[in-house]
Amino acid sequence: MKEHVHDFDWTLLAIVAAISGIGLAEIYSSTHASAMAGMQYRQLIWIAVGLAGMFLVSRIDYHTLLDQAPALYAFGIATLVIVLAIGHSRFGAKRWVALGGGVNLQVSELMKLIIIVVLARYFSEVRSDRLTLADLAKVALLILVPVGLILKQPDLGTAMVLIPVAAMGVVLAGIHWKHATIGAVLLGLSIPVGWHMRTHLKPYQQQRIETFLHPEEDQRGAGYQILQSQIAVGAGGFWGKGFGKGSQNQLGFVPVRYSDFILAALAEEQGFIGVGVVLLLYLGLILRLVDNAQKAKDKAGMYVVMGVTAILGFHVLVNASMVIGYMPVTGIPLPLMSYGGSATAFVFLALGLVMNVRMGRFVN
Amino acid sequence: MAPWTVSDTKIPQGRLALVSYVSVFCVILLLVGFWKLQVVQSGHFSDLAERNRIRFIPIIAPRGPMLDREGRVLVDSYPSFSILLLRDQPKQLERSLPQIEEGLGITREDLEQQMEAAKGEPKFQPIVIKPAATEADIAFVESHRADLPVLELMMVQRRRYPHGEMLANTIGYVGEVSPEELDKSDGRYRPGDIVGKAGLEHEYNDVLEGTDGMRRVVVNSVGKAVRTLDDIEAIPGKPIQLTIDYDLQSVAEADLANKTGALIAMDARTGEVLAVVSRPTFDPNDFAVRIPPKEWAQLNADPQTPLLNRAIQAQLAPGSVFKVVLATAMLESKAIPATYTVFCPGYATFYGRTFHCDHAHGWVDLHKGIVASCDVYFYNVGKLLGIDRIAQYATGLGLGQRTGIDLPGEEPGLIPSEEWVERVYHHKWYPGSTISVSIGQGAVMATPVQLARMITAVASGGTLIEPHLLKDVTGLTPKHFPLSDTTVQQITDGMWGVVNEPGGTTQELVKLENIDFSGKTGTAQTESFGLQNKLGQKLRENGWFVGYAPRRHPEIVVAALVQRGGWGSTSAAPIVRDVVKAYYDKKAGHPEQAVAAAPQAPAPTQTRALVASVGTAHP
Repeated sequence: MKEHVHDFDWTLLAIVAAISGIGLAEIYSSTHASAMAGMQYRQLIWIAVGLAGMFLVSRIDYHTLLDQAPALYAFGIATLVIVLAIGHSRFGAKRWVALGGGVNLQVSELMKLIIIVVLARYFSEVRSDRLTLADLAKVALLILVPVGLILKQPDLGTAMVLIPVAAMGVVLAGIHWKHATIGAVLLGLSIPVGWHMRTHLKPYQQQRIETFLHPEEDQRGAGYQILQSQIAVGAGGFWGKGFGKGSQNQLGFVPVRYSDFILAALAEEQGFIGVGVVLLLYLGLILRLVDNAQKAKDKAGMYVVMGVTAILGFHVLVNASMVIGYMPVTGIPLPLMSYGGSATAFVFLALGLVMNVRMGRFVN
Repeated sequence: MAPWTVSDTKIPQGRLALVSYVSVFCVILLLVGFWKLQVVQSGHFSDLAERNRIRFIPIIAPRGPMLDREGRVLVDSYPSFSILLLRDQPKQLERSLPQIEEGLGITREDLEQQMEAAKGEPKFQPIVIKPAATEADIAFVESHRADLPVLELMMVQRRRYPHGEMLANTIGYVGEVSPEELDKSDGRYRPGDIVGKAGLEHEYNDVLEGTDGMRRVVVNSVGKAVRTLDDIEAIPGKPIQLTIDYDLQSVAEADLANKTGALIAMDARTGEVLAVVSRPTFDPNDFAVRIPPKEWAQLNADPQTPLLNRAIQAQLAPGSVFKVVLATAMLESKAIPATYTVFCPGYATFYGRTFHCDHAHGWVDLHKGIVASCDVYFYNVGKLLGIDRIAQYATGLGLGQRTGIDLPGEEPGLIPSEEWVERVYHHKWYPGSTISVSIGQGAVMATPVQLARMITAVASGGTLIEPHLLKDVTGLTPKHFPLSDTTVQQITDGMWGVVNEPGGTTQELVKLENIDFSGKTGTAQTESFGLQNKLGQKLRENGWFVGYAPRRHPEIVVAALVQRGGWGSTSAAPIVRDVVKAYYDKKAGHPEQAVAAAPQAPAPTQTRALVASVGTAHP
């Protein structure tokens, strides 16, 4: 038992604690003077629940999970189908199943964990140093079924998040330059094709794309949100306006300032310095995760850790880019900082997997 | 998948290192992005943030007017001003409160309560602190623009009921959306929005209600609007045309003034409601702004129940009007021969109890029974029919159920039956109760609109019209309860006699020349003799009259109720006569009274001038 405690990655946990603490402070600053006051306490509860979950997951040998990968995959797909059938709608999207006691779980968060495990199992079984075309096709199939189901909810953000896990696996497992080139070309082509297919998207998705391309024409909708976010970031300057003093934040100009746009709120109040600290903390988190992957006992463990890395890195990259107007509004929260129960729980459970892999290397 | 084994333990260190480099690169890219906004363009964005005091000022859509059947205005809207409180400068707000209290005459308590209620709204959204600004209030805001920048004027559309109490219970009233309605509206309403609360305002709220527009104005650092960014125009609500005839309505209102009761006049062929009155009533203009809680409590607690629409909600004993149902049951069921006669000595004894009649009518047949409204005759008819047969015909003629009129809150009335008494009171039906029911007493309850519809059905061969107030209504499917021609003829001859024969209950007092006016009186005891003895006073009866013309296949039917009015023949019948007469006078082209044409709104010239001046204040 003593070994167990020592084997935890305390450096990683310290970084996580720092990010979560900054997040709580900013949630407090953004909501204390509104009807949503007290939100930070609820977030704190989620963090506590997440921590408990993390310790629990770290005790289950990840090989046991990998053994059950096919069953987990089937369970995940079934859950997504059930949500589509009976899940209740919130903000116009069916993503939630009601657990007892009024708690709603966003099941696509669960799917992220399952995909990490399933792909880790898949890639660890590849024996050659380069993926064949058949291998790639199988990866595509594994990933596209849940992506399709999540898109149907519709939740473009979460659906997108599954793809980096596969991309990360493919890069690590090795890919022929030829395949990589074809893949890149196909991706390049899919943009104009997707543009022509945009009429098949949900109106709000079309709107977001339009907004991203022409923010100035949509002063009230998502373009307005991005503009207000940019103003908040820019007005923060180098040193920031101070805790609780950002007018963009406090007057409610920054949209969902306690969640998806929390980085804009932080940028206004803590300035470039604050953003720099936060981004470096995230970089530290990612590098620490990669370090854990490098020291993993086996390939399977490495893929688990890098799957987690891919998702967290993607979240940070997309969210921060959105806040400064480099990407459209996709509803991807900033891990550990944005208010949200399911998303926070996911991060801690994923870190539980990482801890597990880390401890695995000391076992034998 | 095949049983799983760890293939090998070789970790691709080089590729992992690549991931690290890519991560560092991405973070550098992001930092550059933030640097560009926060350092390079910081001045520009600070400026924007400073000036970015975009305020959303709602442009209130006027509710649609209500017109009578000839297009005369019954309800409309007019522009007025609300005073807004801007909340984006908390310190300045705090400083200004005492001055606002004094200048606008709002208590600190009230102000704080309103600010608390709007806590959930973004701070750049102003709140309404005074919905109907007086001229003095407007002058106060205008003259303190410099030192009280937290106040702003907003033009709103306010509901106006030009005829005050006329038709009030049916039109209903508007008010601020309730928290429950807010929850249910799924974001359609915001706190402080005005919605229809009762009557037609509620029933047709979706039509009448427009879509509010929005003006985005940029305000400077002291909260003063410097320019308008854009307007989303408000979409006004649609007008609704009612079946009400203003002329008939005026006659009916005048006749019922200072009485307690109700009246409903309908086109007996279509169910169009021509006039509907309920007294006592209220002035919906009092509700149009924001009714003080005290006044509201008073209206609700008033024992005279001014908020009740008696024409559709008063469930009372119909008295002798109900005899028409017994006559129909007797003739249609053929349980009793049409020639059935009874000797009336002024009372009769059933099951050991004596039941009274107001006269000794001597030998009475069905015709005389209706014309003179002989209770003894119908006691006997009722006893022979039995309660369930009475209930069957009463229900067939539309009693004991809602007529489906397009108004909220209609009451169903009650027709007792053996099944009902067992279900509700858990005992067998007492046969003695049938005797009371036979003359429309006991447990029987009906509303004025039900009785008007029932009499119409009997006089027109069994068509149950669908009462309605919206002129352009489609898809009416009247129910039928077919009656034989001989039944219709015998009963309508009786009802003609009520008005026109010497022995009729109305004693020829309400006869109309050249008009085939018929009807049935009712005089219903409201309380038991026991209660009256206890009170030590005799409460007067409720007077009913349901009249129609012509004698068969009528075109107009009018039901009137005068509570505590005594005899139906003297209290209710003259009112019905006046309305029927006004209907025919108008039809003949010479209305009895010169009724004001389209009522003009009191021209608020001064307010208009202010609209103009404020409207141009922020070009």
